[in-house]
Amino acid sequence: MTQDYKAKAPHHRLLSVLVENKAGVLARVAGLFSRRGYKIFSLAVAPTDDERFSRISIVVDVESSPLEQVVAQLDKLINVVEIGELHPDEAREAELLLVSVSADASQRSQVIQLVGVFAGRIVDVGHDAITVMVAGTPELLDDFESLMRPYGIAGLQRSGRIALPKLERSSASGAATTAAIA
Amino acid sequence: MELTGAQALVKSLEMQGVEVIFGLPGGAILPVYDPIIDSPIRHILVRHEQGAGHMAEGYAHATGRPGVAMVTSGPGATNVVTALADAYMDSIPFVCITGQVATSAIGTDAFQESDTTGITLGVTKHNWLITDAADIPQVVREAFHIATTGRPGPVLIDVPKDVAMSTMEWYWPDGVDLPGYHPASQPDPTAIQAAVALVLAAERPVIYAGGGILKSGASKALRELVDLTGIPVVTTLMARGSFPDSHPLCLGMPGMHGNYTAVTAMQKADLLLALGSRFDDRVTGKVSAFAPRAKVVHVDIDKAEIGKVRRPEVGILADCRLAIEALVEALTISGSVDRGQLVPWIARLEQWQAQYPYTYDRSEPAPGLATVGASRRPTLKPQFVIERLRELTPPDTILVSGVGQHQMWASQHWAFEYPNTWVNSGGLGTMGFAVPAAIGAKVGRPDRMVWAVDGDGCFQMTAQELATATAERIPVKIAILNNAYLGMVRQWQHMFYEERYSEVYLSPDLPDYVGWAEAMGCVGLRVESPEEVTPAIEKANDVDDRPVVIDFRTDSMEQVFPMVPAGASNDDIVVHPSQRASSEVSR
Repeated sequence: MTQDYKAKAPHHRLLSVLVENKAGVLARVAGLFSRRGYKIFSLAVAPTDDERFSRISIVVDVESSPLEQVVAQLDKLINVVEIGELHPDEAREAELLLVSVSADASQRSQVIQLVGVFAGRIVDVGHDAITVMVAGTPELLDDFESLMRPYGIAGLQRSGRIALPKLERSSASGAATTAAIA
Repeated sequence: MELTGAQALVKSLEMQGVEVIFGLPGGAILPVYDPIIDSPIRHILVRHEQGAGHMAEGYAHATGRPGVAMVTSGPGATNVVTALADAYMDSIPFVCITGQVATSAIGTDAFQESDTTGITLGVTKHNWLITDAADIPQVVREAFHIATTGRPGPVLIDVPKDVAMSTMEWYWPDGVDLPGYHPASQPDPTAIQAAVALVLAAERPVIYAGGGILKSGASKALRELVDLTGIPVVTTLMARGSFPDSHPLCLGMPGMHGNYTAVTAMQKADLLLALGSRFDDRVTGKVSAFAPRAKVVHVDIDKAEIGKVRRPEVGILADCRLAIEALVEALTISGSVDRGQLVPWIARLEQWQAQYPYTYDRSEPAPGLATVGASRRPTLKPQFVIERLRELTPPDTILVSGVGQHQMWASQHWAFEYPNTWVNSGGLGTMGFAVPAAIGAKVGRPDRMVWAVDGDGCFQMTAQELATATAERIPVKIAILNNAYLGMVRQWQHMFYEERYSEVYLSPDLPDYVGWAEAMGCVGLRVESPEEVTPAIEKANDVDDRPVVIDFRTDSMEQVFPMVPAGASNDDIVVHPSQRASSEVSR
């Protein structure tokens, strides 16, 4: 599956950016990407377990701008504390998808069956549509999305990728950390 | 001790050692202007907020200390944006304080409201919107720390009116709390060793000295490095004065209007030691053709500059002065420096220097009185004015310029001997920079003579600040090289648009510069022929109680040479017409 992902998006790299939890930080990060012409594919941001910091997960397209330059420029933002790159091979990635699918009584059972296969949850039911939540790797969500499309998608929202490094199994020291690159 | 936010702000500036603020009050900043009356800090009332910004920059250029400007919200803040952008491009330490509408009114399109932190996000190193008066001392301390350390730059503090009026318990922070800010300082010894190996192996090395030399106070260290190794130096537009032009190994300015030897030395070099320079497009020309055979050692305090334009063989992330000192030490310890291996290279450079000095067509001698008519008057060459100015002023004179042809001639024909004696707008290319920046420089260095060489187009953008200079008794001297044109644009239209001159004519007489200068309380002089130049400069030098403006009527046809056309390879440098035949032979 990782191989599929690489083939589909060879220029996508995932940065995990620890920032101070201060007003306007997201605007600084987004503004930097915009004014230097860097491309954001997806972006997710939320506070960490330490309330002083938030973590921004950015999937950046490095086809036109080298990752090294993106990282160095990001690191110049005063509120950016640490930047790590998560390689797909060394990270556990996840993304959340919410989708409202047209499904009248005749189709509903098929849709519910597929939701079961993808370990999703039905979070809302209407007369001729249901809303489903699926969490998983971005590739899994891509597959689910394509399976839902024939039924008719009324609304779809994905969260953007978040990730943590894979845990070290061979070492006694426990969790690996994101390789800090700036 | 309970203080208002406004009092705490002014007291914090005093704690930072601020001696002067350039500013202009208005509604939202009113509370902060009240305690200024009681403060020992000098306030200089400008005529336009852009002037306040450039004065703060000029002050910082000349002193190395951060300049401070204070303006109101909305238009006050937007007027200072050009100066912030200028300081950001040229890494000038500059602290700007702006008033803001009350916190309750933010976001309501209130009178004189603008999203100042949003607008200045891309042109400041950092900015703050203060929401609690208790944060003021901490933010001021952090602002000065960020502006002056690492790669220096402008910062902005936006202070809402109600925050300035509310009270806080005074304190002075014992440090800064910036978990994401760790400016580089000492170089990595491994990188220094790698650089030493390249230096020892090089046969055609060139030191490419940039503004970082001045920012880090590395002039003395650079001199030691050159005296130890015998490597020749080019000084970029931002580094003029960082290494004395009189030194035999100083090749002068590289780049689009650099001299032939500086440009060609880099093209032929086998090693570039880039010290605090950033491979700007005006230096490299076409990047893929720039210094094609050179290995590169790049010292910079900003990691993002290393490899941004040209990937170096050795990147050294460090303070420039500390890195140069480490290089000198490591080279000395190696005991392998052999100046002898550079002899053929230096001989080649000397040959180019002799063959292609800066040159211009001298004016014809003044004709006999009987034949003098408006059309027979000998033309006044702008380069001649700058040469005479250099000869008639003290060696440590601070020279300020605007942007355009006059700026290039000033950089080319002025012999710089000392650091921080050249003040100009390099990266942003801000026309109108000279007059206010000269005022700021003179405020910072009242002991020095300060001359601005300005263009007539530039002068008209910010000349009103001479009223500020007269009112505040700041005796700057302005030499307008009045060629009646937006000269650099005219030159490009001449060279690249088939002499189709579009919207570049300004008239030599409108405005009447002498009358305008006198209206602002300055001494105004006019010079129309070469023999009037020396007496006018001498007269200006004798005035010490008010500004002087000299309207030099210079040759409109004069062009800046050499020139590398935009986007062309530096190998395609266009030298002065009188040097062209021999140039073909040498290649």
